[in-house]
Amino acid sequence: MREQHKPRITFYFQVHQPYRLRHYGVFEIGSHSQYFHEEKNKDIVQKVGKKCYLPTNRLMLYLLKKHPDFKISYSITGVALEQFEQYYPEVFESFKKLLRHERVEVLGETYYHSLSFLYSRKEFIEQVEMHRSIVKELFFKRPKTFRNTELIYSDELAKTVEELGFKTILAEGADHILGWRSPNYVYKARGADIKLLLKNYRLSDDIAFRFSNTNWEEYPLTAEKYAAWLNAVNGETINLFMDYETFGEHQWAETGIFRFMERLPDEVKKYGMGFATPTEISRLEAKDELSYPHYVSWADMERDLSAWLGNPLQDNAIQELYKLERYVKSLNDPEITAIWRKLQTSDHFYYMCTKWFSDGDVHKYFNPYDTPYEGFIAFMNVLNDLAILIGKKFKERIGDAADKLFQQDSRIVMTDKPSMLVSRIIK
Amino acid sequence: MLGWEYPPMITGGLGVACEAISRHLGLKGLRVVFFIPTGGHLHKKGVDVYGIDSLVLKQRGVKRIYIDSLLTPYLSEQSYREVYLKVLNINRNRDIKKLYGPQLFEEIELFTARVALLSRAFDFDIIHAHDWMTYPAGILVKKLTGKPLVVHIHATEFDRTGGHGVNPRVYEIEKQGFQTADKIIAVSNYTKSILIEKYGIDPSKIVVVHNAMEPGGKYEKKIIKPSDKIVLFVGRITLQKGPEYFIRAAKRVLEHDPNVKFVVIGTGDMEPRMIEEAARLGISKHVLFGGFMPREEVMAAYRAADLYVMPSVSEPFGLTALEAAIQGVPVIVSKQSGVSEVLNHALKVDFWDIEAMAQKILAVLNYRTLNHMLRRHGRIEAMQQTWDRQVDKIISVYREVLSKNARAA
Repeated sequence: MREQHKPRITFYFQVHQPYRLRHYGVFEIGSHSQYFHEEKNKDIVQKVGKKCYLPTNRLMLYLLKKHPDFKISYSITGVALEQFEQYYPEVFESFKKLLRHERVEVLGETYYHSLSFLYSRKEFIEQVEMHRSIVKELFFKRPKTFRNTELIYSDELAKTVEELGFKTILAEGADHILGWRSPNYVYKARGADIKLLLKNYRLSDDIAFRFSNTNWEEYPLTAEKYAAWLNAVNGETINLFMDYETFGEHQWAETGIFRFMERLPDEVKKYGMGFATPTEISRLEAKDELSYPHYVSWADMERDLSAWLGNPLQDNAIQELYKLERYVKSLNDPEITAIWRKLQTSDHFYYMCTKWFSDGDVHKYFNPYDTPYEGFIAFMNVLNDLAILIGKKFKERIGDAADKLFQQDSRIVMTDKPSMLVSRIIK
Repeated sequence: MLGWEYPPMITGGLGVACEAISRHLGLKGLRVVFFIPTGGHLHKKGVDVYGIDSLVLKQRGVKRIYIDSLLTPYLSEQSYREVYLKVLNINRNRDIKKLYGPQLFEEIELFTARVALLSRAFDFDIIHAHDWMTYPAGILVKKLTGKPLVVHIHATEFDRTGGHGVNPRVYEIEKQGFQTADKIIAVSNYTKSILIEKYGIDPSKIVVVHNAMEPGGKYEKKIIKPSDKIVLFVGRITLQKGPEYFIRAAKRVLEHDPNVKFVVIGTGDMEPRMIEEAARLGISKHVLFGGFMPREEVMAAYRAADLYVMPSVSEPFGLTALEAAIQGVPVIVSKQSGVSEVLNHALKVDFWDIEAMAQKILAVLNYRTLNHMLRRHGRIEAMQQTWDRQVDKIISVYREVLSKNARAA
């Protein structure tokens, strides 16, 4: 039958909200005030909750009910779930209901949406395990498919993730890796027994980025037109990977994005096309083995790590953060560990990116700071304060009155090497 | 071209900009005749040139016509009166009263008439007038010849006064200039918005051409200096430049780090008050007033500094920030400045926000990565802001007004 050769549509949505920092002041270093901007984080969760999460969840539940073959998958970070529970319980409950649905697959990732794989394998594994537990606890599922932060991927990552028991992993369908190949088949990772699913970035970005762009020649994009494009695709799977906030937040309700999504299952059905989850689709045989010797992500034109790493500000900040790991781990103080981990969320380094000075305004749109420099200063102020806090806790452990150290004069200890600050304090 | 000052006799950024614009126009094949008031310099030098038979200097396609006049930049009615009386006093044997106006606005009228008379000796296509004192001359020449008028605005009365005590006659002259002009060139979007909000000027009439620098500014190795970190202020010590915010931020920084020296270079009417303020705050030991310095020494000061701060209350552009960046020093500029529109690799702060200013100063002095990044990228960015590029924008303004004029005729 001809229908069997039609590709299946594999949707994956990313749900994430970072704990944004306050503009932590220089003069606050040593005072151990609140690092995170509770009010702003709450506002954003509530705003996005109203505009995106609640209506989109409702729509997806409706589609799941209406179309018995409709399937979707989600990856939702631990930090997002924590904030939903705290700031918008209705959203939290709504995700619980949706992600428990049998035709919804839940993916694994790092709990903190971190870049830990690049800096500490030990920390990476701990965060993947943490995420696994919360998914189990809230959605009663054990993730079999993995997606790393910002779809950052390499052969090495595939190996580690396979060892953690995952069967499938997602990556960007980057042109320079695929070459003549198509993203619309199942592949196998080089050097690991794990299936590889690649984002079809053209068709994904048609929805995620171009949907409401009036300058786009295809504007307006209707479900009917889009279904015809999907039907024209050769292959076995069309991997549509995108931020969940596409619905209602990046693309406002007024753009017609909800109506588009609501219509889409009907329209693809006309062509005899259906849906699949990542785990389902990866049961197909791998067409080839693909090697990603270098890191590839789904961000910007470069599809590399340059949105988060590479400029001196970013490198300084993240290296110092991970240099604190041994102190944090040996202290084993749950509160300190949680703070340290929240600082690992990739967004903090994204805010320090200076690329957008020359190209594009995407970064600016997502940036709570006026400039990347402000992002760096706030982050480093926090890191200095945290280093002092860690030092104090160490002193307390061994019975020294560490506070004395800092009460003697009001001078600020401030350095771009906070890790050395800790070692100086505990010496 | 009509201006108030021209190197080497300058007191501010206006003269620097006028010289660079004229020279680059000359290099691009245009002929420039630049009318400048002598500002009484001729008296001081003992050159016996009076009246309209003025000094003509020619250089690289730019002809400078010095018109005898007591006008100098940044005059007020009061300070003009002082100059006038002084000249009157020195030259008792001459008929000074016939040569110069007893009041500022009368002297401007005289200057205007002399420019109009002299301009008849030249063939030109466009009148380009820089800042208010020359606008009446620009307007008059436009009336007499029907040639299009471009007015260039480097600073408004609101910038000079910080919005307090705006002189209504100056305001009126500025407004007339803006209204009569065929096109207005503003040195920043910041200035453009003042023209729209305070003068009610049609935005479509205003083109922004940011100021610039000459490429390849000399950059020498950093000089050896004491262990204290140096934070620099360069500019006239006047209300407009916000020196008091610099002093107050210094106080806040010193509370936490006494190993910093704050250096103020420049003079101005607020200097005594600032010295007192530093004493009152008990930081005199850490705030050094260097007075006026020749350009070479200012450049050396940039190179010695760890940070340059420009806390201007209202700064149409702020060329010193570009100069500092080119010398490889990190820069903090007030958000109320035009230069903040062209520098991405600089920290920005509201001039009144002492707390934020102090925090940013401490951050730049203590986070070496930040310091290096601002140094390196700020320099590259400032070097790209060249007059060669900016003057092309001015030439397209000329083309536009010429074609409009031709169609009208």
